[in-house]
Amino acid sequence: MAKLTRVALAGEGGQGVQVVAEIIAEAAYDEGKQAIYIPNFGLEQRGGVSVAFIQVSDTRIGAPKFHTGDVVVALSSRAVRRTHQYSGPQTLYVYDSSFELSPQDYPPQAKQVLGIPALERSKAIHPRVFNIIVMGLVVGLTGIVSYDALKQALDKKLGYKFEKNPALRDMNYQALDAGIEMAREALKGGEFAHAE
Amino acid sequence: MIQPAMPKSWYAPTKPHKFCPGCGHGIALKALGEAIDELNIQNRTVFGCDIGCSLLAWNFFAVDSTQTHHGRTTPVMVGIKRSRPDLLCVGYMGDGGGYSIGSQHLLNSAIRDEKVTLILINNTNYAMTGGQLAPTTLPGQKTETTPYGRDVTKTGYPTKGPEMLAAITADGAYIARATVAKYRQLRTFMKRALQNQMEGNGFSFLEVLSTCPTNWRTNAAQTWDFLEDQMEAYFPVGELKSPFGKGEK
Amino acid sequence: MVEKPITGSRKAFMTGNEIVTWAALASGADIMFGYPITPQNEVMHYWTRLAPRFGREFLQTEDEISAGFTVCGAVQAGRKAFTATAGPGNVLMQEPFGMAEAMRLPVVAVIQQRGGPSSGTVVYSQQEVTLTAYGGNGEGHRIVYSVATHQEIFDYVIKAFNTAWTYRFPTFVLGDGYQAKMREPLELYDPAERGIQLVPPTPLVGLPGAIGEDREPQHLCNIYSLEEELYDAVLRLEKDYQAMAPLVVEWQEKNCDHAELIVVSHGVVSRAADDAVQALRQEGVRAGFFRPVTLRPFPQQQLREALRRSGAGRLLVAESSQGQLLRLLRQELYGERVPIDALLMPGVGIVDEDIIAKVKSIL
Repeated sequence: MAKLTRVALAGEGGQGVQVVAEIIAEAAYDEGKQAIYIPNFGLEQRGGVSVAFIQVSDTRIGAPKFHTGDVVVALSSRAVRRTHQYSGPQTLYVYDSSFELSPQDYPPQAKQVLGIPALERSKAIHPRVFNIIVMGLVVGLTGIVSYDALKQALDKKLGYKFEKNPALRDMNYQALDAGIEMAREALKGGEFAHAE
Repeated sequence: MIQPAMPKSWYAPTKPHKFCPGCGHGIALKALGEAIDELNIQNRTVFGCDIGCSLLAWNFFAVDSTQTHHGRTTPVMVGIKRSRPDLLCVGYMGDGGGYSIGSQHLLNSAIRDEKVTLILINNTNYAMTGGQLAPTTLPGQKTETTPYGRDVTKTGYPTKGPEMLAAITADGAYIARATVAKYRQLRTFMKRALQNQMEGNGFSFLEVLSTCPTNWRTNAAQTWDFLEDQMEAYFPVGELKSPFGKGEK
Repeated sequence: MVEKPITGSRKAFMTGNEIVTWAALASGADIMFGYPITPQNEVMHYWTRLAPRFGREFLQTEDEISAGFTVCGAVQAGRKAFTATAGPGNVLMQEPFGMAEAMRLPVVAVIQQRGGPSSGTVVYSQQEVTLTAYGGNGEGHRIVYSVATHQEIFDYVIKAFNTAWTYRFPTFVLGDGYQAKMREPLELYDPAERGIQLVPPTPLVGLPGAIGEDREPQHLCNIYSLEEELYDAVLRLEKDYQAMAPLVVEWQEKNCDHAELIVVSHGVVSRAADDAVQALRQEGVRAGFFRPVTLRPFPQQQLREALRRSGAGRLLVAESSQGQLLRLLRQELYGERVPIDALLMPGVGIVDEDIIAKVKSIL
């Protein structure tokens, strides 16, 4: 893992990207790393494109924002257009291939563009855990936090819901594993990957 | 020469006061002073005024007093009362401060049922700034900014503050309109507006119809006629809401 | 006995707005008055959840004018009161802040800058420097701490209450939307544990004793009949302010020895500037770092001194506004011959690469 990892995560408002970013940042903090998470909303409470900026480092982090991320994840076609600016020549750019993306929608700069059907995958578990699949995906792609720390942070954030409904915990863990697995496959150059 | 007795809560070193001859402020402030004396609350009253003629009362009383900008007496009093509920907070303002520039404060403090007493002097014009249109200027009345008389099709009708506040306040609020032309009633209303705060019943508001011969450009008889005939006809005097029993007319 | 909000110290990972609340609780703040505006809303959200546990009060007022004036009332009543706002809310609060200057009211306000002019954005900027430092129809007799990290938000909110109640000038903690919303690790602590004595509040009205027997009544006023009276009053303010200035002025200086160029920045941008200067130094570029922590009073002597000591022939101002810090700098450095370059990015964030590129384009 690089000393400093920068991730931009974008989706439609309500897709839960801020929760994902919060849990990842919390996990990093719990592991004793330096972490900054900054949310960037549009004016809309719901329905706008919501972007989360995460930075994790072993040492003190400077500016809370960055121009280009190491990994940029976009979860809707609007989110893809919104995040072009955060994709640079060294960026691994990931979009959800459950929706159609024409080649001209690809970010003008990227080291690699990956389409991963996270939304499709979530349907096999439960649509509600879509964002947890994405969380697994982000961590699988970046190694930004350890699996255990992530699980603990997830428990901390959603524990009160798990208490009421233990089946929910299993479902979330399953989603997390599914996301990590998809990331692993993609990085292997597996079925979801297509080089730019 | 025999001078009338000064209320104990008046601050003697600042008398005679600075209001114009014939101005009603002195009468309203005398009623307030006598009410403070009667209720024996001089040491725990905080008096607040803003800019406008009410400003001239900033050192009028031998009670702790503070002064602020036009219309902002209400939030300053609210801030003090919320911090020190044991104090009795009396905000003193003009019709411009209460009904125009500070109307949002008056309205919302009434809705929140703030336990303060607000006294508003209605003299139908902005007096200190030279006699411009006020929210209370009567239809047809000439002011410096309505030199041909207030045209209600362009500037609307005079604000009826107590009527509005009576409609939006909770039970326990005290809402009344008095006039400097009826001193005994004025003093009674003043006392009730304070007593209501002391008992913690609710928001207390008293509008006082008053005179401004300087800007009205009236002599003594005309001044009194305008107050008693024209103003009272438009702004009926009486208690609109009172936890002390049936409203007095 | 109500429990202390924080005992000992503990690590935390939270948003800047949440930290403001914890710091205000730790400072002994009695009451908050506020009105919703992004990006400060969560200060009120956390305060209204936490304050009742520690016997503290809150009022959501009808607007920011009222929030400012209720704070003015509360501090006159001898309570530690504060507010938080941003952008157009900060504009409205200039009226009560002016009253606080005139009447020496220890008002504390947290400003989370958003984009401007007007409604601007709800996100971020450094465009409320002039307004916060010099707003109102007075002479800017205020103290403005521009914070850069979450630890500083906590430290300086506590400090702001103490400074305000010691010197009785309105005191501001100037943050921004990034700092308000982002999460970063810090340590929360009980001020007493760090040897920080909290300055007790004192009332101006509702004083003990019988009027006329034990004491005279208080007649507080901020309007004057004669221009000479006002002149005297303003000169008194200025004299007290100048006497206080050296005691509260704060700055940070790094890598200024033998610097060819000094980067001047404040608030969150100083984080990027710090990193940029370190990176440049590693490449052998002789860059230095200077950051005013207090924008009012400004560390004028300290910056002049840094210039002289370093022998730097240039300054570079980096800020997320179209020159508000730059204007301060020109005013504070009047007479110095050093050329000032500027990286001005109104309403958007600045990262180290931006500053590095700018420095390289200059040197």
